[in-house]
Amino acid sequence: MCPGNEASTGDLTVTVNGVAHPAAAGASLRDLVEALGFAGRPIAVEVDGDVIPRAALADRTLTGGERIEIVTFVGGG
Amino acid sequence: MHSVDTTAATHVLDDAPLVVGGITLSSRLVVGTGKYASYADMARSLDVSGTDCVTVAVRRERLVNAAGENILDHLDASRYALLPNTAGCYSADDAVRVARLGRELLRDMGSATSEWVKLEVLGDTKTLLPDPVGTLEATERLVADGFTVLVYTSDDPVIAKRLKTLGAASVMPAGSPIGSGQGVLNPNNLRICLEYLKDGDPAYPVIVDAGVGTASDVAFAMELGADGVLLNTAIAHAKDPVRMAAAMRAACQAGRLAFLAGRIPRRLYATASSPDEGRIVRPT
Repeated sequence: MCPGNEASTGDLTVTVNGVAHPAAAGASLRDLVEALGFAGRPIAVEVDGDVIPRAALADRTLTGGERIEIVTFVGGG
Repeated sequence: MHSVDTTAATHVLDDAPLVVGGITLSSRLVVGTGKYASYADMARSLDVSGTDCVTVAVRRERLVNAAGENILDHLDASRYALLPNTAGCYSADDAVRVARLGRELLRDMGSATSEWVKLEVLGDTKTLLPDPVGTLEATERLVADGFTVLVYTSDDPVIAKRLKTLGAASVMPAGSPIGSGQGVLNPNNLRICLEYLKDGDPAYPVIVDAGVGTASDVAFAMELGADGVLLNTAIAHAKDPVRMAAAMRAACQAGRLAFLAGRIPRRLYATASSPDEGRIVRPT
């Protein structure tokens, strides 16, 4: 995030997959997932160690500082 | 020539299917989806291998180039049972965490194997050998959380027995280290694992996981009495993965048939296949 740029990009900062990411105050997890372009993609979301089912993403309002992991399947043995 | 009795030919190939965690698999090969040169190679190799159960890994979705291809675009989830692994986890905590994310991905897809996990708790990065203490702990926690746990372990029969006692749906002893291509290094340990795990419970599925280098390794594991073999690198990194997938399929079937048929005992000295009686000559 660029310092001083918070007002135009978001009021909160969350960490998504290890990277700081701006989010608007009052935004939900679903808003964040959509803003990242992951809506409709095969993903699972974890917030501060807890898995949040897709159906519950809209109900979870971001408060800032959350550590969020968004994962998918890749090739593996 | 005799006419071929097709009824008999069919019967000799009869075999009870492999059942893991209440789900019937038509193939005894479980094939990994990692390390292929392309998704097209992967898809063709899986097809030719005849497998109906494939492993996948759980990793961070890319924040950049998010429009890139996803492996699920190349895996027919109605054809293949997906088995998410906890590869890369070095503690029970991490493995449980990754298992829950894999479960969420599968639940979201409506997968029949949404509660399945291939549990790996690794001990160190050089050998990728399992950490037996962490593996036992994670198995206990995942079983309590409702998972169907297929657990990667060493070929140690005592740990194998304890994993089964903790409720693992399948114990999967390694033939040799992951990706090493060394085959089955200690067949005697595998024999003891099989004896212990199947004692009074002959249908308990034991799958040899890791170490396969070539087709004879698969055949050998199956001849020992394993219910299946899980492999990835031996196909994905073969010069011709699709042809190797065909070899693995044939080897798995050959090994299974040989196990069911029952091999002859090894003997130090020869026994003639032609009768001694009626010879027109005598040994000198």
